[in-house]
Amino acid sequence: MARDVLLESVPDLRADLDRESMAAADVRTEEMLVNMGPQHPSTHGVLRLVLRTDGELVLDAVPHIGYLHRCAEKIGENLAPYQFIPKTDRLDYLAAMNNNHVFSLAVERLAGVEVPERARYIRIIMAELNRIASHLVSFGTYGLDMGAFTPFLYAFREREMILDLFEAACGARLTYSYITIGGVTHDLPDGFVERCREFLDYFEPKIDEYNRLLSYNQIFIKRTGCVGVIRPDEAIAWGLTGVCLRASGVRWDLRRCLPYEIYDRFEFEVPVGLPPGGVPPVPAGVPAPKVPAGTCVGDCWNRYFLRMIEMYWSVAIVRQALDGLPAGDYRSKVPRNLKLPEGEVYFEGENPRGQLGFLIVGDGSPIPYRVKARGPSFCNLSIARRICRNCLLADIPAIIGSIDVVMGEVDR
Amino acid sequence: MSPEQIAEILKARFGDAVIAADMGAHPQVIVAAGHWPEVARFLRDEPALGFNMLRSITAVDRPAEHVLEAVYDLLAMTPPEGAPDGYWTARHAFAVRIRVDRGDPHIPSVADVWPAADWHEREAYDLLGIVFDGHPDSVEDHDGLHPRRILCPDDWAGHPLRKDYVFPIEYHGIPGTTEYETPNPVH
Amino acid sequence: MGWIENRFEEGLIVTSLDWALNWARQSSLWPMTFGIACCAIEMMATGASRFDMDRFGAGAFRPTARQADLMIVAGTVTYKMASRVRRLYNQMPDPKYVMAMGACTVGGGPYFKHGYHVVKGVDLIVPVDVYVPGCPPRPEALLEGLMRLQDKIRRQTIARTRPGEVGSLLQV
Repeated sequence: MARDVLLESVPDLRADLDRESMAAADVRTEEMLVNMGPQHPSTHGVLRLVLRTDGELVLDAVPHIGYLHRCAEKIGENLAPYQFIPKTDRLDYLAAMNNNHVFSLAVERLAGVEVPERARYIRIIMAELNRIASHLVSFGTYGLDMGAFTPFLYAFREREMILDLFEAACGARLTYSYITIGGVTHDLPDGFVERCREFLDYFEPKIDEYNRLLSYNQIFIKRTGCVGVIRPDEAIAWGLTGVCLRASGVRWDLRRCLPYEIYDRFEFEVPVGLPPGGVPPVPAGVPAPKVPAGTCVGDCWNRYFLRMIEMYWSVAIVRQALDGLPAGDYRSKVPRNLKLPEGEVYFEGENPRGQLGFLIVGDGSPIPYRVKARGPSFCNLSIARRICRNCLLADIPAIIGSIDVVMGEVDR
Repeated sequence: MSPEQIAEILKARFGDAVIAADMGAHPQVIVAAGHWPEVARFLRDEPALGFNMLRSITAVDRPAEHVLEAVYDLLAMTPPEGAPDGYWTARHAFAVRIRVDRGDPHIPSVADVWPAADWHEREAYDLLGIVFDGHPDSVEDHDGLHPRRILCPDDWAGHPLRKDYVFPIEYHGIPGTTEYETPNPVH
Repeated sequence: MGWIENRFEEGLIVTSLDWALNWARQSSLWPMTFGIACCAIEMMATGASRFDMDRFGAGAFRPTARQADLMIVAGTVTYKMASRVRRLYNQMPDPKYVMAMGACTVGGGPYFKHGYHVVKGVDLIVPVDVYVPGCPPRPEALLEGLMRLQDKIRRQTIARTRPGEVGSLLQV
């Protein structure tokens, strides 16, 4: 039956309980319903988990979402694409440049808009810088969830430097609306390239520092190693994308497997989850990280660690893009009333949290007939009920934090 | 494999269940709702096709034709041959469209074929009212047996993304729409 | 409302006590971690080391409403979330303050039109003391809002007042 798909048997952590002696000593346990959220320090936004627990053991965790449902798709049916760009900012608000990028590409594909070369390079630079910023927040808040406050302050210190660069380019710190149909809204300011290079030179050694601070920390490994393991076939069947899929050993990244924009011009590797002792690929000149003992492929630790390694490769991509940045237009001439032709297009791009997809149905008018946003966190979170089972109560924040959800794109 | 070849394979196997094929910018076939679960299983299990990832289910409201549509976007991801550490490849991408009557929309659920469909189908019901029969998380209430709502509250009235949706005046005492609210532009 | 408020007429002792109480309250506003959406990220950035809300005494974010005196509603409030916002507000002990952070909480924000699930302003659910506009407001704007709230607290008095008067601790 369909229900069995969700409630497949998972290892029963209660199997080794000595029930006879427990019955003899009259130790009675009761199941308890614990409500976690929607206001909770570590649910990464307004996510509500109803946990059925037997003491410390979580038997079932049902996620309830929709507390941030902001009607983005209804608004999409009433605004022109260039007006909808600010709403895409607020889908995954930590990766606003990436959201703008994917939506612009989808509309450009539907309407047949050309983008100048310089604009393409600027878009890649912004998207990869935003990937670094987003992974920094994920690193900082994951440490916070596990009880470590220091990584949070370091992460936000670095992130402020990236936000300064973004503010110089477009004036905003969080919701940029910078990448738009046909290119970007403003050209890069003077001195941006030098400041960006300075930041990259300063930031690259920091990633190793953070690895030594948090990733190899024995307490952190004990909390997150071998917790919430997702098998690769499960990951694909549940529609997982991004780091959650790669941590299970599936080397799949849209930037390499279905390249869009000009990602095929850059050289970068995509790390996957490795067993203890494995060495993930890193750019030349960087200390080689090693996967410590106590972890396994597809667990929370690997999902977290891949974000650290991806930051190395984003730095490499931005460096290559800055070197190859051509002169030219930053935006092609796109009419205000860009008519979207009849027909539809489905386009996905690789966001920090997974694959963000837009299905845009046009009907000949400037306003789309239907805009559907496929949020990566929405699909990634659907597996939560499957893996938050037969684990300890303290593992729940570890698992939800490692999936790294942003409720803006879960609820849209 | 090109989308035309995929459509040919499906037509050869299922005949009339495959109503039409559209090879535009978004290659897809239109399948009859009753036969959808077996077509889905074929799409996933047939070695030549191997669509293992369901990317998204989009529901579209077409009041002019009195239909509701559900568009299933699929992707076939294949592991690398030879080098186990290599990059997976995207063999092909395809879409399936199912059109049902707007007055009584029922589509069989494919949550047992692709578990990813679970939440997508709940969202399609919540926002557009397509009832997925056999969904693992169904509830029974005054609206009949339907998947549980996922985004709007459980006691929300109506399906917001429909073109004739009327915004609520108030919800549990909190004022809702204002006189500035305009209805959907007429398409 | 404790036993001391609204009992005595204004005078030298009440005014000095006012000054002391208000100084204590404004310098140790403990916010509740109530980040809902994008504004929560700017609130976190304000608490981080560059903008440092802790130098105002407001750096101790309490996860539980029972130990917090400031609820910064950061992010869009939806109808599904509204009852929780009210419940958390009710759980906070007096004196409590609410800061509406961001355009969504001030009046619906960018979702005012076509947002069927968005509450058009959090003041439809809880009484708000300070409104901080912006989408999202810069950390400096949030700190300005905090300082305005401190000004408001400085004007408060425990002397006998009528509801609605400036400085009254009674709610209208």
